[in-house]
Amino acid sequence: MSLKREDVLTILAQNIGIRGSAFPVASSALTAWAEGLGIRKGGHTVLYTGHMYQIIPFILGMQNREALMRSAPSWGMKVARLINPVINLTRVVTLGAAHPLDVLRYNRVLRDVATLLRSCGVEFGYLYEYEEYAGALPYDMGLDRVFLKHAHRVYKKLKGFGIRRLITVDPHTTEMFKNVYPEVIEGFDIEVVNYLELLAERWRPKVKGGGHKRPFVIHDSCVYSRYLGIFEEPRSILRRIGVEFQEPLLSKRLTHCCGGPIESIFPERAKEVAKARMEQLEPLGREIVTMCPICHLNLGAVKDENIQLWDIATILRDIQKEQGGNGNG
Amino acid sequence: MIKVNDSVVRELRSRGRFDASKCFSCGTCTALCPVGLPILPREIFRYALLGAQEELIKRQDEIFSCLLCRMCEENCPEGVGISGNIRLIRGLLNEKVLGL
Repeated sequence: MSLKREDVLTILAQNIGIRGSAFPVASSALTAWAEGLGIRKGGHTVLYTGHMYQIIPFILGMQNREALMRSAPSWGMKVARLINPVINLTRVVTLGAAHPLDVLRYNRVLRDVATLLRSCGVEFGYLYEYEEYAGALPYDMGLDRVFLKHAHRVYKKLKGFGIRRLITVDPHTTEMFKNVYPEVIEGFDIEVVNYLELLAERWRPKVKGGGHKRPFVIHDSCVYSRYLGIFEEPRSILRRIGVEFQEPLLSKRLTHCCGGPIESIFPERAKEVAKARMEQLEPLGREIVTMCPICHLNLGAVKDENIQLWDIATILRDIQKEQGGNGNG
Repeated sequence: MIKVNDSVVRELRSRGRFDASKCFSCGTCTALCPVGLPILPREIFRYALLGAQEELIKRQDEIFSCLLCRMCEENCPEGVGISGNIRLIRGLLNEKVLGL
């Protein structure tokens, strides 16, 4: 049994309307990844996480507690809908739920992105606690009223900080700012570039020897591939650092979804879609490269123990370190 | 009996680019759908174009099961904006059924 759609949508709309986030966790959990990196606050160009990587450990933690939520009486969710506007139930339900190793793993992806960008001379700031969720989930779910209000608020805030350029790190936030915001906000004039596009343009790593011989399997995100046309960039970057990778039959513009977009409403169906994708990937190798935190989460939920999933930024950074370099060659 | 209401299409078009009338029901989308629901999205579009709001309400589970992954759209011979249409129908249902 899954949570009822009307409950999920109502709580989602409340969270966006009241707290500006689909998954409102503590601000300190959203900004912890940047600790010690010395990234300046604000500036004309900012690295924009959109909270997507940071919330995954909390979603994982909540999934572990879902059995408990499902065993609650049927009126439980009705009560939840009534009190959520006053008490942030997401915070309550996820309190202590995020595993520290998951927090480290997903925060590390963001640190790797920042380090990779710096290594090719890209300068950026970060909005820290002022950064907002872009609104992909309410938009996709058709919660138009709350989404529009949220998008205008976010844009006003970005303009207030004098932001001229956003460097995004995940496909969903990129799609929102690159294609959806300009459609719904008159005069939207902030440049949006994804970090994979920037790396493909500027990154010239030093490569020693014959490259990296671990056979990776590449999994494209639907949003990167079909919404944004970003699929050659990651391949170009991986080849540049000597990584060999296998292509599944369904890849690039024909990639197969991970099931993530319906996970919040139909978790069982989402798992079936993820299993179908894993069956295409697993025969090709035991190390799979993802580029999206949602893909990483959903494929991770159905993978065998002997399969490893890596975010592309972590692979690039690991190999960069193995090669003993930080900068462009 | 199906009740029809011609304001449904008008409302969908006022919400955004609703181009379901381009669909000639070839079924490529259904064959490629990773969720594998046979109703998606051809029949849903027919109900929307007819203005059969009650039929759309009955099929909310299917409408909200769409991944918006655009696998269907990538291969649609008519270039229908399938995922955008589904999103607009969700918006209509959220407003009519949940008041959201």
